[in-house]
Amino acid sequence: MASQTSRQWLITLLGWLVACLLFFPIFWMFITSFKTEVAAVATPPQLFFQPTLENYVDVQARASYFNFAWNSVVISLGATILALLLAIPAAYAMSFFPTKRTKGTLLWMLSTKMLPAVGVLVPIYILGRETGLLDTRIGLIIIYTLINLPIVVWMIYSFFKEVPKEILEADRMDGASTYQEVVHVLLPLALPGIASTALLSIILSWNEAFWSLNLTTFDAAPLTAFIASFSSPQGLFWAKLSAASSMAIAPILIFGWVSQRQLVRGLTFGAVK
Amino acid sequence: MTSSVATPSHSPPPAQARSRQKVPALALVAPSVIALVLWMVVPLAMAIWFAFQRYNLLLPENREFAGLENFTYILTDPALWVSIGITLVLVVSVLAITIGLGTLLAVLFNQEFFGRGIARVLAISPFFVMPTVSALIWKNMLMHPVNGLFAQITRGLGLGAIDWFADFPLISIIIIVSWQWLPFALLILLTAIQSLDTDQMEAARMDGAKPPALFRFIVLPHMSRAIAVVAMIETIFFLTLFSEIFVTTGGGPGIATTNLAYYIYLKALLEFDVGGASAGGLIAVVLANLVAIFLMRSVARNLDT
Repeated sequence: MASQTSRQWLITLLGWLVACLLFFPIFWMFITSFKTEVAAVATPPQLFFQPTLENYVDVQARASYFNFAWNSVVISLGATILALLLAIPAAYAMSFFPTKRTKGTLLWMLSTKMLPAVGVLVPIYILGRETGLLDTRIGLIIIYTLINLPIVVWMIYSFFKEVPKEILEADRMDGASTYQEVVHVLLPLALPGIASTALLSIILSWNEAFWSLNLTTFDAAPLTAFIASFSSPQGLFWAKLSAASSMAIAPILIFGWVSQRQLVRGLTFGAVK
Repeated sequence: MTSSVATPSHSPPPAQARSRQKVPALALVAPSVIALVLWMVVPLAMAIWFAFQRYNLLLPENREFAGLENFTYILTDPALWVSIGITLVLVVSVLAITIGLGTLLAVLFNQEFFGRGIARVLAISPFFVMPTVSALIWKNMLMHPVNGLFAQITRGLGLGAIDWFADFPLISIIIIVSWQWLPFALLILLTAIQSLDTDQMEAARMDGAKPPALFRFIVLPHMSRAIAVVAMIETIFFLTLFSEIFVTTGGGPGIATTNLAYYIYLKALLEFDVGGASAGGLIAVVLANLVAIFLMRSVARNLDT
């Protein structure tokens, strides 16, 4: 019995040790964001200090921060809404009226995710320049929509498959049109699934850094690009950088925590449930 | 519309309902399919076209057909082979770390313990941090040779400071990327392990199987598919790792951390060599496709329409 208790203690200790180690860099950044710039680089590192909100005030005071944050919001929401608008009809047709080609179409859609972005960097850059979409929010919205569309179609398809067909058929017998059937019956039933799909799409768009770094300079640059602009050697702004970073990752961390269960399905294209 | 797709539990819809749906069903799928076809075919066709051109953005008027020149130029560039080597080292080492540790942590977090829910949330957090932020946390606050926490600790112990990005650039990148992706492996593998049949475990334990044997003969086989899926998805991402390198080392020192993606970026947006970058891009596409074939097969097996 004693060994049982000590084993339980060991597991608890190990579990928390691992969790704290993995979370530590985020915690340290968060702590640093409340330090003065001098305290942020102090030797030895300070764990206890007089917390200050001045970094947050400073970052907020810079108009450019809001420019970047607003770009992130507009681009992630825009791309997510656009992807949902394209995906919901497609997923509806594929899950309730499957044909011989449905499985092939779904797999082909996923296969477009396998195309490495860097392989088409040059063509996309040139296309963007020719069409004037380089460094515009619309340009990034289009690209993020297309990047996430396969996952969004896949997830909504799998959630629609779980809705019993009988409910829809009963409704159709009562004379409901396709539109009524989808909007009044199907969407409310599948709402939790659609919500977690939207969250995953927002998370992926918010954190995407390849296209945002290569296709934007300032006008449409989201937070990923803003943070990357601090990579040049300058050790003097760690506290402000930490404050800006904390604000940049906070909403996504919370989204991730809330939807971790459903995310597994989306991240593995349903191969792990 | 064949009746063969109808499952036994569900009778085919009435004929008139099906014909009513036939055209709309196609129209509903079409926008997504057309958008993705354009997204896939147009840039790829352009990349192939450019790969056979002598085309530099700084000298756009000197554009002409170059035959295989770009490919021979790229393929004989030693830096390309170095970058492919670095790409493979990155992929293999991060895969080994995240899957090895991820499996062990999945087993750990599958045990009941005090505050497990919160501990799990903390442990998977790094995955949700945008890559540019995580790269900068590590670069500035942890691995910085003067003010970084690691340097402060080792100096405090009298060991002197390590200049991570100068002395161990590739290892530093591997550490950062592993930190970001270990939570992903943990999250997926934990989900897989939780679907394990506990009766089978119990029966094996009754028969006197020890924990290592249980792990080896019941848990691992059950998780093999999830491990394969994690490996393939991570490989797709790791083959074209970019922002972590962009933010921390810029491919240096020298080309010590220039992977294939960064090599193409240097060719394209710094040397403006459209032809050479496109040829390099096609090599990346071929590499990724080799992995993708296996991934698609694994997904297809699970897809029942």
